[in-house]
Amino acid sequence: MWSLPLRAAILSVLLLAVLLGAWELAVQAPGAGARVPGPSKLFAHAVQELSHPFYDAGPNDKGIGIQLAYSIGRVLAGYSLAALLAIPIGFVIGMSPMWQRALDPYIQVLKPISPLAWMPLALYVIKDSGASSIFVIFICSIWPMLINTAFGVASVRRDYINVARTHELSRFETATQVILPAAAPTILTGMRISIGISWLVIVAAEMLVGGTGIGYYVWNEWNNLNLASVIFSILMIGVIGMLLDLLLARAQRLVQYAD
Amino acid sequence: MSMFRNPFDPETKLHSAGCTCHSCTATGAKDDTPDSREGLIDRVVESALVREVFGHHDESRRNFLRLAGGGTLAAAIASVLPLDAVKAAVKESGGPLEKKDLKVGFIPITCATPIIMAAPMGFYAKHGLNVEVIKTAGWAVIRDKTLNKEYDAAHMLSPMPLAITMGVGSAAQPYYMPAVENINGQAITLAMKHKDKRDPKQWKGFKFAVPFDYSMHNFLLRYYVAEAGLDPDKDIQIRAVPPPEMVANLRADNIDGFLGPDPFNQRAVYEGVGFIHILTKELWDGHPCCAFAASEEFAKTQPNTFAALFKSIVDATHYAAKPENRAAIAKAIAPKNYLNQPEEVVAAVLTGRYDDGLGNKKNVPNRIDFNPFPWHSMGVWILTQMKRWGYIKGDVNYKQIAEQVYRAADCGKIMKELGYTPPKTTYAKYTIMGKAFDPAKPEVYVKSFKIKRA
Repeated sequence: MWSLPLRAAILSVLLLAVLLGAWELAVQAPGAGARVPGPSKLFAHAVQELSHPFYDAGPNDKGIGIQLAYSIGRVLAGYSLAALLAIPIGFVIGMSPMWQRALDPYIQVLKPISPLAWMPLALYVIKDSGASSIFVIFICSIWPMLINTAFGVASVRRDYINVARTHELSRFETATQVILPAAAPTILTGMRISIGISWLVIVAAEMLVGGTGIGYYVWNEWNNLNLASVIFSILMIGVIGMLLDLLLARAQRLVQYAD
Repeated sequence: MSMFRNPFDPETKLHSAGCTCHSCTATGAKDDTPDSREGLIDRVVESALVREVFGHHDESRRNFLRLAGGGTLAAAIASVLPLDAVKAAVKESGGPLEKKDLKVGFIPITCATPIIMAAPMGFYAKHGLNVEVIKTAGWAVIRDKTLNKEYDAAHMLSPMPLAITMGVGSAAQPYYMPAVENINGQAITLAMKHKDKRDPKQWKGFKFAVPFDYSMHNFLLRYYVAEAGLDPDKDIQIRAVPPPEMVANLRADNIDGFLGPDPFNQRAVYEGVGFIHILTKELWDGHPCCAFAASEEFAKTQPNTFAALFKSIVDATHYAAKPENRAAIAKAIAPKNYLNQPEEVVAAVLTGRYDDGLGNKKNVPNRIDFNPFPWHSMGVWILTQMKRWGYIKGDVNYKQIAEQVYRAADCGKIMKELGYTPPKTTYAKYTIMGKAFDPAKPEVYVKSFKIKRA
């Protein structure tokens, strides 16, 4: 009999075929009213867009590749800034119960704020729409990293730290040589959650501010009520989000260890 | 300054004042800097050209002039380059441009036609500018990006520069509105299900969208329903929705209708979700709508660039006013880079030959029209409505604010330079839905309304 992965793959393809077939049939069924474009139309549109992903026909009309690059650039900028800040602070919080208690109320209040609520304030204060989008990414991706780092650091097994102490390691050496590797899987989990959230938020931020990026692309096609383009960009957003997650999952596997 | 010295004199040096090179330590040239502004511009142009010809090598220029004479050189340059034309071009724009690469923001609606078409149809280039027109998601964002100086100038709604100058709904910053973009060109569109409710008295409880609080759309819709006896703050709901999202909201049944800019009225018809109830030109024929605006700071620190930009807009606006140009304009601004709309929809708006969504073919050539002159009386009317609905409180110096923001004198001057005749006065009386408005008595006008907040 066939192996499990092969059977799963066949099932996956079958599901897709049934779904697309039903969609196409529903769209082509007779009757009046506005319709969502079917898979065949979508496929033709995707081929056309993907055959010139980097065209540049002026400031308001650029290829999907360029738009995605703008969005990825913003996500990486905001995300890296957040990581640079969140991981050291998370370390401090995780290692010091006093700091944890002192900062906890602030984190609890700031964490649930929708990042887009910051946008008007950011535009007013930063006075640059590109930098404001990066700030919004920063503010939304900082919390999962901060909390996971603190949690990971706080829950490193006492045995490890005691062993470090018998070896007379300094506090700094303990942090970098013992705690960091031990907490790394939890930190990476936080980073993985953060990149996912950043990618969700950038689309909304760019729809609001416009100019460039995949969010602007969706908004511009929405103006024209061009649903084929909107669905196409939804798929592209999904694919890029999956790739970003996959990247972090790989990194996570590198630091994984068995107890 | 060396750029003012005569480049056709073998004794002059075109090196700058502090230069200590061998040729600059010898003396002998007479200072004949021209004393008129025109003369100076001529001299700067000549000097720049002559420098360019000799590759900035001053010694070779002087040797050549000693041998051949200044007249020969001038003739030689003129034979390959029309020097007079270059001088005229520079003078026309009032001296060298401080900045050539500009960013101008716009909202993708037909009101912005002159601002948009000036890019693909070369009106900015004609006045020496390289302008990128940037599509923007909404009025709040265009306001913030202009205040942030990400944009040098922008497409705004005609009440916005007044509001920004007074610090109503934003940080106060002196703004100029050098030109109106379009007059008329808006409509009230209702959802298909309301096709039997053509009398505004039946609209109690309706939800309407307008583009922005500080918009002619908001003030005209309020005026229209108030004339029918409805209080716009109590009997209907008015919400600000960016124009591009109005059709989607109408389809989703989030709103019953909107008083919005085109092409979205026509787009609602094209999509079969709404019909055009009334054009705003039937409420007030010739009302202003959108405007071209820039900060006072930009106009003062870069006067030549500002003048060139201003001139491009006035030029484009006049071109757009001619009905015979409208089809070509629709073709130029419909693509994805600009409005991103089907060309037939844009053409229906601009040519005024359209379907109202109820099966009637209409022909209204001035459905939208273009006239750049920013009448002070328009500014005063807008301020009276802001006062009427409580957007501004206390005493309002109507005339002073309107005259500070609406640059009628500057616009008139530029219209004259371009060969058009500006109106002789800046105040006019209007009749709006049968009611007279006298700009000389704004306070009396505000008090005359039955439904008001002031």
